Amino acid sequence: MLRMHSVTKSYNHRGKRVLALDDVTMDIPAGDFVSIVGPSGSGKSTFLLMLGGMLSPAEGKVVVDGQSVYDLSSDKRAALRKKKIGFVFQTFNLIPYLTALENVQIPFLLAGVDGDEQRTNAASLLERLGLGDRLDHKPSELSVGQQQRVALARMLANDPAIVLADEPTGNLDPDTGRAILAFFEEIHREGRTVVMVTHDHTAAARAKRVLRLLDGKIVNGGE
Amino acid sequence: MKLRTMVWREIFERKNQLGTSFLAILLGISVIVSIKNITHYSEKAVARELDALGANILILPKSASLQDYYSADLQQEVFPEEYVERLTNSDLQGLDNLSPKLSMPFTIDGKQFTLTGILPKNEFQAKLAWQSAGIFARPEGCGTVVAIPGQDAEPAKETLSRKRVIETIGEAEMLVGADMAVSLRISEGDSVSVGGASFAVTAVLPQTGTVDDSRAFAHLHTVQRLAGKDSVLNAIEVVGCCNAISDGLVQKINKLLPEARVVTISQIVDTQIKTNRMMSRLSMLFLVIIVLVGGASIANYMYANVFERRREIGTLMALGAGSAVVLRLFLLKALLLGCVGGLAGFIIGTVTAVILGPRIAGVPVFPMPILLVWAFGISVAILLIASYFPARRAARLDPVSALQEV
Ligand SMILES: Nc1ncnc2c1ncn2[C@@H]1O[C@H](COP(=O)(O)OP(=O)(O)O)[C@@H](O)[C@H]1O
Ligand SMILES: [Mg+2]
Repeated sequence: MLRMHSVTKSYNHRGKRVLALDDVTMDIPAGDFVSIVGPSGSGKSTFLLMLGGMLSPAEGKVVVDGQSVYDLSSDKRAALRKKKIGFVFQTFNLIPYLTALENVQIPFLLAGVDGDEQRTNAASLLERLGLGDRLDHKPSELSVGQQQRVALARMLANDPAIVLADEPTGNLDPDTGRAILAFFEEIHREGRTVVMVTHDHTAAARAKRVLRLLDGKIVNGGE
Repeated sequence: MKLRTMVWREIFERKNQLGTSFLAILLGISVIVSIKNITHYSEKAVARELDALGANILILPKSASLQDYYSADLQQEVFPEEYVERLTNSDLQGLDNLSPKLSMPFTIDGKQFTLTGILPKNEFQAKLAWQSAGIFARPEGCGTVVAIPGQDAEPAKETLSRKRVIETIGEAEMLVGADMAVSLRISEGDSVSVGGASFAVTAVLPQTGTVDDSRAFAHLHTVQRLAGKDSVLNAIEVVGCCNAISDGLVQKINKLLPEARVVTISQIVDTQIKTNRMMSRLSMLFLVIIVLVGGASIANYMYANVFERRREIGTLMALGAGSAVVLRLFLLKALLLGCVGGLAGFIIGTVTAVILGPRIAGVPVFPMPILLVWAFGISVAILLIASYFPARRAARLDPVSALQEV
């Protein structure tokens, strides 16, 4: 379960305070599928990073499965991410000098899985995403849609209970976008909690619940 | 995949940026290895030359002229034998061997030769005070040469020709120089008579190419008697430790024996040792330079590398990498680069030394495995130390600031 309690976060931008999240309180039960919508600059990415234990709030608490995330040390938070959380970034953040297979091996490496098992596990994840014939390609040798799928395979590598995705369809053509959405529905059916930031209303509509952010506030918590 | 694999991949992917700073380290290590290698063999060569020449300090009467080092002891002037005692009873360091001598000319069959009286080593050793002064205990690596195989077979002869020191010689025994033996057809076991005294030839000495070849050696006290002189010497040859010589051994002897003249094989001792000293200093200087310049350059590169890779670091952290993993990622890179730099520096430096050594220092140079340890040590240490703070900065990066999407 994910919970935010009175969370406030502001950035300092050229000496001016920019309020990115303004006293946000909300709950996401385990197994939920939530879309976060809102105009650009409304705080969606900030919200998602904070849920994922990547960005500490100025005030308030973020609780994951009963644990107050920002009361942990940064290494403990990293361990929590390794165990429970899968991130998908808008820009994929693949490691440019590693192949598709090696990029997907990273979470296994971090988990201390040995080399052979790393490769078989990573290869089967890439196959699941239809990239079985692109294992040895570097990110620069892949199309944007393929890069996104490598990122999704890597996100699944630690078998996360919580999946946090920042505009996963933002950079894709409509067909690929639909395939990616189907993928999120599929992993949601596997029992994972999915929180997905999106611009796209049809995409948002596929979720069980839509949260709308405006100027750092949640303006509707409805279904 | 191991963390190491990632490190290698990254190095090869971005090798161009690594270029100059790594080159600085590599060149530095190569130069140090090469200088150390050449210096080592050059020092060995000096030691060998000194040893081959025998004594490297001569104590002569004040008025003695000095044209040729080897015939310097063939003088009319004398000084008291008691000088030897003064030397051995002093606390002078670095006196390896003393060889008091008195020479007198003699003729056989109308040919001129020199009879040189020497004091055999056993008579030195009989004097307890000398032994305890450590006169015959030559310190290791101090003007000595590594034993040349095969040369120990005939110690008496070889030692005499090389160091002008001999273990034993009886009062009526004689050692004959190579040229003299040939011209008088003398061989071992013959007997020779000089000035009414009869000597048994115990050995014919090997050719040395010096005036020693037309000399005969006999016991000092016998020669003193034959010459009609009492307890006097023409010369004392001293084998001094080269370091002790450059530390002013000559001046110290001079002070001890103010009425004598003390000279060294100055051109060898001075120039060669000066060159070697300069080389050692140069290698120290290079060490300082590469530690500073190379270290700074590596640190600079590493900071830039951390900055450039902050998105990657953020990604790894998002995937659950803790600060220890990130720290290891960068320190491992430093370690790998250090090993490569050490190994490559050793190889380049050694090849350079082997090729250039004979031209620069005039000595043959061979690879020295110990320098590999040196090269590794310096290279790895510089890289690890220079990379520590950048690596720590990477480990302390805030995952999100590293990931900030534009
Ligand atoms: N690192 C930052 N420094 C300064 N301002 C920031 C930073 N990151 C985000 N902001 C500001 O915070 C607000 C929310 O940003 P963000 O969460 O990225 O919104 P969204 O993802 O909805 O576009 C924006 O006004 C943005 O300009
Ligand atoms: Mg955003």
